Amino acid sequence: MKNLFVLTILAVLSICSVQADTITLNASGATFPAPIYNRWFAEYSTAHPDVHINYQGVGSGAGIKSFTGDLTDFGASDAAMTDAEMAKVTDGGVVLLPMTAGSIVLSYNVPGVTGAIQLPRDVYPAIFLGTITKWNDPKIVAANPGVTMPDLPITVAYRADGSGTTFNFTSHLAAISADFKAKVGSGKAVKFPVGVGGKGNDGVAALIKQTPGTIGYVEYGYAMKTNLPMATLQNQAGKFVAPSPDSGSAALAQVDLPANLRAFVTDPTGDASYPMVTFTWWLCHTTYTKPGVADAIKALATWCLTDGQKLAPDLGYLPLPASVVTKVQAAVSTIK
Amino acid sequence: MQTETAPPPAASTQWIGDKKAQRSKVFDAFFSWATFAASWGTVALLVWIALQVGYAALPAVKQYGLGFIVGREWDTNNDVYGALPLIYGTLVSSALALLIATPLGVAIAIFLTEDYLPLKVRSVFKFLVELLAAIPSVIYGLWGIYIVIPITTPMGNWLNAHFGWFPLFSTPSNGPGFLPAAFVLAIMILPTIAALSGSALKTTPQALKEGAAALGATRWDVILQISLPIAASGIFGAAVLGLGRAMGETMALAMLVGNNNQISASLFAPANTIASLLANHFGEATGLEVAALMYLSFILMALTLGINAVAELILERTGATTRHL
Repeated sequence: MKNLFVLTILAVLSICSVQADTITLNASGATFPAPIYNRWFAEYSTAHPDVHINYQGVGSGAGIKSFTGDLTDFGASDAAMTDAEMAKVTDGGVVLLPMTAGSIVLSYNVPGVTGAIQLPRDVYPAIFLGTITKWNDPKIVAANPGVTMPDLPITVAYRADGSGTTFNFTSHLAAISADFKAKVGSGKAVKFPVGVGGKGNDGVAALIKQTPGTIGYVEYGYAMKTNLPMATLQNQAGKFVAPSPDSGSAALAQVDLPANLRAFVTDPTGDASYPMVTFTWWLCHTTYTKPGVADAIKALATWCLTDGQKLAPDLGYLPLPASVVTKVQAAVSTIK
Repeated sequence: MQTETAPPPAASTQWIGDKKAQRSKVFDAFFSWATFAASWGTVALLVWIALQVGYAALPAVKQYGLGFIVGREWDTNNDVYGALPLIYGTLVSSALALLIATPLGVAIAIFLTEDYLPLKVRSVFKFLVELLAAIPSVIYGLWGIYIVIPITTPMGNWLNAHFGWFPLFSTPSNGPGFLPAAFVLAIMILPTIAALSGSALKTTPQALKEGAAALGATRWDVILQISLPIAASGIFGAAVLGLGRAMGETMALAMLVGNNNQISASLFAPANTIASLLANHFGEATGLEVAALMYLSFILMALTLGINAVAELILERTGATTRHL
């Protein structure tokens, strides 16, 4: 009996001592980059057994709330943080770190059309406004010579849940169409004048697959994995560009990041740029009081910016251009 | 029928020591205190939740007042919020579900209580129906997306093409909408209605049934004229509980109802419900929208509470209670 007691104490002590050497980082936020974050954190923990990272894909807004309320060590958001949101973080300042990027694509279900449909800049905002309602609209037919567009009504599918994807999609549409900006605007959840709402990427994808004539916006990685057809979009330079890691990176390379590393690529320039791309951010404190946390986050971020970027194309994300990585790395080193 | 219970022997108390009696007295006091605390705790919790939700809703209540209930827009960008399409969607989808589930549930209950099947087979059926209640709501949603919607969409389009003049069929179906949502919802509340109606039907005294049969009533007569009238209040209670569940159902509806804040008479039009909008918008809501969502939850609570209260009143009027449930 006594032996057992001593053994238990020893066991408890040894567990405690192991825990003292292990660092657990809690993070939550955007669902859009959750697949690549989870992959990163799993690989990083395998290589560094002393660091354990919990990431919960709860949505950008919820991620910001948890980070502001000090429930997590760092947050993640597709829409960075607004100045008002940053002002609410009491202890020290906030460092915004663009960690990866992605494209948003327009997927559709148009029976009889095999190749990628080309959509001009004035057409796709009008589709989401409900002013172009048929697939054989003269504007769509003119942009797709040699393709017979069916006489089929267009059904718009949108994200019903608030999401960073909607934020970036509507920001782009508002940037290229004054009409869209006035009638709908941009935000994480907006009021589309037409269509049906699906919950999450999978909800929108299900709507597209099931109803002929449907068009909706989903993340590139999701469309790639589920083999959804993706429209070729006309960019600011007037060129039709298909979504791909290369065309996405070309768009990112056009951006000059400001000092706070917050830039939304609403309408990229350049001939080869795909028009709908977005960074996605980590939200970190400038100073951490808990011992070891700052060092752990810095080491993790450095690994993600170097080795981690190589995993991006396979998962449907865009590797950050070298110029961006340098700037983010500099911001990482300021964390104390 | 009644069996006489023998009075306990008077001597038996002498066998129990004073100490034991004392202990059981203390235990009794403790137990009655614990049950008292638990029952009032439940009431207190309900009041506390209502107050908390009401308090969080205050900014929206001040801003929009009662106009919120009749407003038709939900525009986060411009902070314009109105609940009418959501209230409409919640009530219509639940009512449709109830319309499908009540006859079906009562039929199942009759089938499983009126000796149609050998007991063994019956218990298998009963188990299967009850199993429906154990399926998670997200599975129902997925089933709805991949099985129900592909069936209801062509059906809806055909009805719209041929009978489009009829308000219920006035729009084509583009997948999600009232019909698939109500259909899946009906299956979700079916076990509640079937099980509770079954218990109500079981309370029919065997003597009455046998007496009716002895007077020459057919089985059909017995069910229609003896069992169902006696169980009516219980069946009504079952339907109300089913309605309550349908109104609060969230996940499956968020996946199937189409999430479009509009009011349309058509069965095939996408719509939205309170619970579904709450689930979709809460994660990313900030500022005034949070208060508006709380206002909305308060309305949902009031609606379910109101319906249950009305049901309770009707039951009391008809002189029956749901106690035997």
